[in-house]
Amino acid sequence: MSSTDTKVDDLVDRDYAAGFVTDIESDTFPPGLDESVVRAISAKKGEPEWMTQWRLAAFERWKTMTPPDWAHLNIPPIDYQTISYYSAPKNPDDAPKSLDEVDPKLLETYDKLGIPLLEQQMLAGVAVDAVFDSVSVVTTFKDKLKDAGVIFCPLSEAVHSHPELVKNYLGSVVPVEDNYFACLNSAVFSDGSFVYVPKGVRCPMELSTYFRINEQNTGQFERTLIICEDQAHVSYLEGCTAPMRDENQLHAAVVELVALEDAEIKYSTVQNWYPGDEQGKGGIYNFVTKRAECRGARSKVSWTQLETGSAVTWKYPSCVLIGDDSVGEFYSVAVSSKKQQADTGTKMVHVGKNTRSTIISKGISAQQGQNAYRGLVRMGPNAENGRNFTQCDSLLIGDQCGAHTFPYIEAKNPSARVEHEATTSKVSDDQLFYLRQRGISEEDALNMIVNGFCKDVFQKLPMEFAVEAEALLGITLEGAVG
Amino acid sequence: MLEIKNLHARVGDKPILKGINLSVGEGEIHAIMGPNGSGKSTLSSVLAGHTDYEVTDGEVIYQGENLLEMEPEERARAGIFLSFQYPVEVPGVKNIYLLKSALNAKRAHQGLDEINPVEFLKLVREKLALMKMDEAFLHRNINEGFSGGEKKRNEILQMQLLEPTLGLLDETDSGLDVDALRIVGEGINHLRAENRSFVMVTHYQRLLDHVKPDYVHVLAGGQIRASGDFTLAQRLEKEGYEGLLAEA
Repeated sequence: MSSTDTKVDDLVDRDYAAGFVTDIESDTFPPGLDESVVRAISAKKGEPEWMTQWRLAAFERWKTMTPPDWAHLNIPPIDYQTISYYSAPKNPDDAPKSLDEVDPKLLETYDKLGIPLLEQQMLAGVAVDAVFDSVSVVTTFKDKLKDAGVIFCPLSEAVHSHPELVKNYLGSVVPVEDNYFACLNSAVFSDGSFVYVPKGVRCPMELSTYFRINEQNTGQFERTLIICEDQAHVSYLEGCTAPMRDENQLHAAVVELVALEDAEIKYSTVQNWYPGDEQGKGGIYNFVTKRAECRGARSKVSWTQLETGSAVTWKYPSCVLIGDDSVGEFYSVAVSSKKQQADTGTKMVHVGKNTRSTIISKGISAQQGQNAYRGLVRMGPNAENGRNFTQCDSLLIGDQCGAHTFPYIEAKNPSARVEHEATTSKVSDDQLFYLRQRGISEEDALNMIVNGFCKDVFQKLPMEFAVEAEALLGITLEGAVG
Repeated sequence: MLEIKNLHARVGDKPILKGINLSVGEGEIHAIMGPNGSGKSTLSSVLAGHTDYEVTDGEVIYQGENLLEMEPEERARAGIFLSFQYPVEVPGVKNIYLLKSALNAKRAHQGLDEINPVEFLKLVREKLALMKMDEAFLHRNINEGFSGGEKKRNEILQMQLLEPTLGLLDETDSGLDVDALRIVGEGINHLRAENRSFVMVTHYQRLLDHVKPDYVHVLAGGQIRASGDFTLAQRLEKEGYEGLLAEA
């Protein structure tokens, strides 16, 4: 390399670094990722030094890692330097205190998706911590939760208000170095929800958070942490939406759940991020690490998800069943239409005695969508009488899509029992004709068949989500027949 | 009500209907009989608009409209009901949901509001009693795990509820035991009305003993080869298709 080249490189590097420093004050960071960006994110949030160090350690680790390539996904390489790692709403100081102050356009988007936020709150008494982009905007029902002793706030707030809890639990379920995307999240996580339900408390309402990605080319890295002490109960609902977009967006979230003795956590997700157009252009890349530890005896965690969006989904909500007699459940509907690709499933790791798990997975592929179920059931050496039941069904619409199943079973205890059932079926012309002959339109007929296929899972969703889920499936599969 | 003129249809490259002519007036019951592979079921499928069949020639006028230009669901809403020979299963979808959706689709077409749930349940119970079906049927998935006879009864139940103008019954008697045949026959007779017509496709005479047709046609090789009244069916029973067609 000549000395001239070196000089040029130096210059470029300096500009790069300088760019970040000056931009700390702006709402959106320019694209790029290095140590100064990690520090800047931490500074933006006024984080204590321990949090900054935690992020930096994660970043150092991330630099040594490579993206996983084992999934049944075809993804072009992602240039992590072209992504912006922080974006705030336009005027963080004027952040609304109530829904009346929320941007009407945001509310309109919710309406279009059939999620009347106001109505839903009034009807269902749902506390909503609406996160769009990286900063929490609205938090309601806080007082009621406070009375019950439940802490429900943005994680960025919890870092200040409950540092001991955060220090104790953050990264304790999904270690920083767990995987490439979780490690990236640990370094640059934007915000997310923090839930703490103290001993013996049953959370008085369903908790819900809506995430939205609204800034062009901005990666979003939520981080959610839910802790349920002994005998505590909580049901958490997560819904995701995003407007139309041209460029692929990276999304790498981490969700950690901790359930202590006799505690119960129900985590429901409806994910409908922009999937890209018919040619597969645009759309969200969704790399999510969700894991629960059932640490206490008789604790229970239940994941329910409806995944209809994103260009690429890489997601395996898992349960580590440590406590004796603990229970893990996974109910999933994943839809791949257009050119969407989904590699999703779960891991049920049985550690303690008499642990039980249930997996019901429904994969739907339409148009040129590719849908893979990937699931691991592991019965550890001490998992006496461990039980698992897995049912994995695939539904194909049309003849250009694909469904794939990758079940992994490891049994290290002879008394453990693992059952796996799998089916693949196709929406037949005869089924469609039968329903149309009864006066039902082709689109409604398809919806009816698909919703019938998903019924086992939808029944597990909270009521208001179940209705939304059916509507969402219809929107997702528009144009899938005919 | 229904005018079929020179109807030709094929599935893939194989011609099946080769010039059908049939006129069905209001309130009439026509039986289409014929040997296996004669095109009987194809005729009812084509009339209902099954996408597997391609009409290559001819026309079908239903209540003054060109039927062949209508989508299957439009035909249904216009009062055409096909009782399937092999009703398909739709896993996870309850019978009652189909009944309600179908009825409301028809009502919407007629400019009526959706039926209120109480009224609907009352109506359905009435029809269930008529078909001697248990209410549990409503909450079972569409045709899933139904016996052959249950499926056929379920078809007629739907017809009872939708009260079509033209009922197409495709081999409705097949797979029925004597008792079920009688119940299904009564179900059909119950619907007989001045302004309602039926085309019954059948291989045997046994359904015709319960539901007496005004006209009987013999279909063979994709064409109607003989037409007559009920006595034609009786002759068929004695002489068989071969004998009768040799004469014709």
